[in-house]
Amino acid sequence: MTMRTPLKNVRYLGSAKEGTDHFWKQRVTGAANALLAAFAICLALSLIGADHATVKTTLAKPLVALPLLLFVVSASVHMRLGMQVVIEDYVHGEGAKIALVVANTFFAVAIGAAGVFSILKIAFGG
Amino acid sequence: MAEAKAERGAKAERPLSPHLQVYRLEINMVMSIIHRITGSALYFGTVIVACVLVAVATGAGTYDHVTGLLSTWLGQLVLLGYTWALLHHLAGGLRHFIWDTGHGFDLKTIDLLSWATLAFSVTGTLLVWGYALFYAGGAAP
Repeated sequence: MTMRTPLKNVRYLGSAKEGTDHFWKQRVTGAANALLAAFAICLALSLIGADHATVKTTLAKPLVALPLLLFVVSASVHMRLGMQVVIEDYVHGEGAKIALVVANTFFAVAIGAAGVFSILKIAFGG
Repeated sequence: MAEAKAERGAKAERPLSPHLQVYRLEINMVMSIIHRITGSALYFGTVIVACVLVAVATGAGTYDHVTGLLSTWLGQLVLLGYTWALLHHLAGGLRHFIWDTGHGFDLKTIDLLSWATLAFSVTGTLLVWGYALFYAGGAAP
């Protein structure tokens, strides 16, 4: 005998109502990060020892700023999902868990916003 | 009832279900643990990446200050660790992509993929830092 309702079987989203959303986003951002990290490493190597003006001019180029922007966004989402799993695995107190998961989101958004804002400022002037 | 339960629990030598401290260390398990550790390290390391980007956006003074900090031996050590963590986590992620397809689950392949992860990250780190130190000739990022 199954206790599942037909609607539950159709939706297939599980008790958290998210289905495989977390897992899938982790993989998609992971794939993006793999490509974008390779770009970021090459960029960092090309800028070794460069002065501020050179770095700024380079980062302002559309073909540099754009992948860098994507990397910051993708990495922020990826690290938020990953750290959430770590918190859920090791923190068992309900209050502490919720507080840490929210703090995790704050951290990821703060890092992402700082990166995006900085790159936009570099690219658009100021 | 509660009394009997407490007494039993205290005295009986019950078999433990297998867990981290009971298993013999396998390379697959070590790489899995390191994947999580490097992921967590990268998480906090993004503060450095954000600082560099903010510094570039702020101005030459701030940028020189931040790169100056990263040029110290401690800064270089952190960046070396960050490079390895990034490459190791990247390789671990690729390994998981292979496993996600349902392939590579026989013991031989599991061991091979696990060792390959480590080989990739160590070789990659050496190449990146070899290039940085000998070809680019600088110390700052």
